[in-house]
Amino acid sequence: MATDHSRTAARFMISPSVLLLLGWMIVPLSMTIWFSFQSYNLLSPGTEEWIGLLNYEFFLTDPAFFEALANTLLLVGGVLLITIIGGTGLAILLDQPVWGQGIVRILVIAPFFVMPTVSALVWKNMFMNPVNGLFAHLAKTVGLQPFDFLAHAPLFSIILIVAWQWLPFATLILLTALQSLDQEQLEAAEMDGASALNRFVYMVVPHLARAITVVILIQTIFLLSIFAEILVTTNGGPGYASTNITFLVYAQSLLQFDVGGGSAGGIIAVILANIVAIFLMRMIGKNLEA
Amino acid sequence: MARAVTNRRKAVTTLAAWGVGLLIFFPILWTILTSFKTEADAIASPPLFLGFDWTLENYGEVQERSNYFRHFWNSVVISFGSTFLGLLIAIPSAWSMAFVPGKQTKNVLMWMLSTKMLPPVGVLIPIYLIFRDTGLLDTRAGLVIVLTLINLPIIIWMLFTYFKEIPGEILEAARMDGATLWAEILHVLTPMAVPGIASTLLLNVILAWNEAFWTLNLTAAEAAPLTAFIASYSSPEGLFYAKLSAASTMAIAPILIMGWFSQKQLVRGLTFGAVK
Amino acid sequence: MGSIRLKQVSKSFGSVEVIPPLDLEINEGEFVVFVGPSGCGKSTLLRLIAGLEDVTTGTVEIDGQDATTIRPAKRGLAMVFQTYALYPHMSVRKNIAFPLKMAGLDKAQIDRKVDEAAETLNLTEYIDRRPGQLSGGQRQRVAIGRAIVREPKAFLFDEPLSNLDAALRVNMRLEISELHQSLETTMIYVTHDQVEAMTMADKIVVLRTGIIEQVGSPLDLYRNPANLFVAGFIGSPKMNFVEGPEARRYGAHTIGVRPEHLEVSRDGGLWQGTVGVAEHLGSDTFLHVTVAGIGNLTVRAPGEVGVRYGDEISVTAPKERIYRFDKDGRAIQ
Repeated sequence: MATDHSRTAARFMISPSVLLLLGWMIVPLSMTIWFSFQSYNLLSPGTEEWIGLLNYEFFLTDPAFFEALANTLLLVGGVLLITIIGGTGLAILLDQPVWGQGIVRILVIAPFFVMPTVSALVWKNMFMNPVNGLFAHLAKTVGLQPFDFLAHAPLFSIILIVAWQWLPFATLILLTALQSLDQEQLEAAEMDGASALNRFVYMVVPHLARAITVVILIQTIFLLSIFAEILVTTNGGPGYASTNITFLVYAQSLLQFDVGGGSAGGIIAVILANIVAIFLMRMIGKNLEA
Repeated sequence: MARAVTNRRKAVTTLAAWGVGLLIFFPILWTILTSFKTEADAIASPPLFLGFDWTLENYGEVQERSNYFRHFWNSVVISFGSTFLGLLIAIPSAWSMAFVPGKQTKNVLMWMLSTKMLPPVGVLIPIYLIFRDTGLLDTRAGLVIVLTLINLPIIIWMLFTYFKEIPGEILEAARMDGATLWAEILHVLTPMAVPGIASTLLLNVILAWNEAFWTLNLTAAEAAPLTAFIASYSSPEGLFYAKLSAASTMAIAPILIMGWFSQKQLVRGLTFGAVK
Repeated sequence: MGSIRLKQVSKSFGSVEVIPPLDLEINEGEFVVFVGPSGCGKSTLLRLIAGLEDVTTGTVEIDGQDATTIRPAKRGLAMVFQTYALYPHMSVRKNIAFPLKMAGLDKAQIDRKVDEAAETLNLTEYIDRRPGQLSGGQRQRVAIGRAIVREPKAFLFDEPLSNLDAALRVNMRLEISELHQSLETTMIYVTHDQVEAMTMADKIVVLRTGIIEQVGSPLDLYRNPANLFVAGFIGSPKMNFVEGPEARRYGAHTIGVRPEHLEVSRDGGLWQGTVGVAEHLGSDTFLHVTVAGIGNLTVRAPGEVGVRYGDEISVTAPKERIYRFDKDGRAIQ
């Protein structure tokens, strides 16, 4: 509800954002699409030619693609599993009366603010290193052989590092949701004869369901694009054991300078992300109306 | 009404919460402690927890050997620059959508969000090539542009949810009182929205500070912010745990402090207002 | 200064017409109240006059000038909002000074006018506080202060008292009426409360679904309601309506009697009934009487009446106090 005057002003004020984002979406994306149909390598400039779907064929039949796809799904799924189960537990724990609650909260949230390269390097060297890492020392103390995490379980190690970074996010959101649960509702349920377990199952869990969906969808968006953690720990290796789609596309384009192949991979990544995004948009759209 | 809780139960939950909290925080604590060790103490076996000779020399050496402050300054310029630029573009947009909503407003908002979901690898090559050809590669200006664009949807969304909470009647009152559009935004809306704008700024500085895809791929030596600078430690060159720790501590300390201040807004910002 | 005329003004939101074309004239110095149930379009009509909404068709004239396309700020009107719409980050002084600052007055002039207004409204004590530190009534006065310093051609009030408690509402009602007496400026006041309308207005405009049902002075509307809707809306408790054979005896489709016009006696009246609930207010007694073949009637008897639940009584309506309405709800003269 407003006047023509303010509507005109509104359109004028919104246009810079719209134009910028439109440009940001359309220009590079259409370039990527264009490149993806070309044979184009930065090392041999001037030899570009239209090769149709060959890049896609090449990319999609490469065994590395399937390994990367599986790794991407494992990475996303593994981190989600750890952060949601751990986050729910932590949120419930932090919702209890605790001395120094504020400080504990701060401790738990801290990993989220650590930049990805730092957390990856700290974990890689100071914890997972088979000679000097803390885990190696721990293993020796109890009489076990130190385990070379990044060499023998690279993906698992990366999942662990990323989960450590994202656990605070899940905890914080679930805690916020938990605290917004109406206490009178719980008391009403108690008056109605619901036991503590019943209250948890019938009141708390449904209340958290929405927050959990939010956590899943938002984390998925970020987790699909995990890059720095892989770059500084394993560089995708050994072999392709810890390469995800994002890293594969990066390696194809900026390490092998294969613009065509990398672009085809990029478009495939966009399509995969869109499938996830559709679900996220639907949900956030619903919340917008509420 | 909060119910009385027995001290015994509170002691148990306190113990558990502190235990878990410290466990999660431990890698950061360990990094901070190691930054004060000598390189020999840093890899001592068994590990030294507190009983070592505290030293500050790592901090000096990190600065000396790799010009830490240049990277630090790059991070400051890039994260604050992109955030301020983003706010400048986003405030008028958020105003429009919050106070003069039209039929398309919801769709525009959703569309803006959808640009955030574009995976960066989808546009890596064109951006890289455009930057190479325009001389933006490895410049702070180039990164400011990219980070502004990738965080713009979050900035708009956060501001939108904050603006939405300001009653429209107050702006109408200003209009009746003779305020022009700019006076309305400057004298009435902005002061009322200061807390919201501040949280938006804080969260976006954090996001930009820690951004590690574009900063790694678009910089080399010149404009590398701390993310890229730290990554250069990944190729081992002898004993370097203490120096790595010192560099890491310096890289995360400012943002850790900002993050603790913004923890409440963090939820709202990262869930686009879906969870408050 | 301060006459407003609406000519064939209509308003649609999209394809929904909330106000069909209407004409309305507001004279200089008048206190006009728009009253009607929620959703009747009264606030929209006010916002059209204010310029906060564009009219879909028609013209708005202020002091004989076409103001239809003039921006709200330039119409010379001041508005008091339902939520007061005070600027939370400004002190009382700055709130009241804001319109003057926007008008570009110099500081000395602003200070003088703000002090004057604060004096009039008993706000001097609170002048440096923020709105958040004030009570509801004080906030209301600040909102009024912000309106009067502009010396507007007309004041627009959008349900200004609906957020106050009952006692305060009565006080503020008086204050606004006194303000009108002393300023002699045109005031347009929107409310859903017919008591506010009756007590304050020179002229009441009764609205329903965007249509003006009747315009007139309070007593005009009370004495000669044009139709069933106005008859039922004005007056408290609500007018009793009777349909069917009893109404036909009076040559009408529906007849109406105000509760205060019904007379109660122990025996020998027009209608015999049983007392249901009796509400004793001291000054009056409200009796809810069930009459066979007619239905429930509300009776307002003056003073204390010694009847109780279940008593048999008779109720009489004097013939000259009976309102008659035809099949379409229009009053029969």
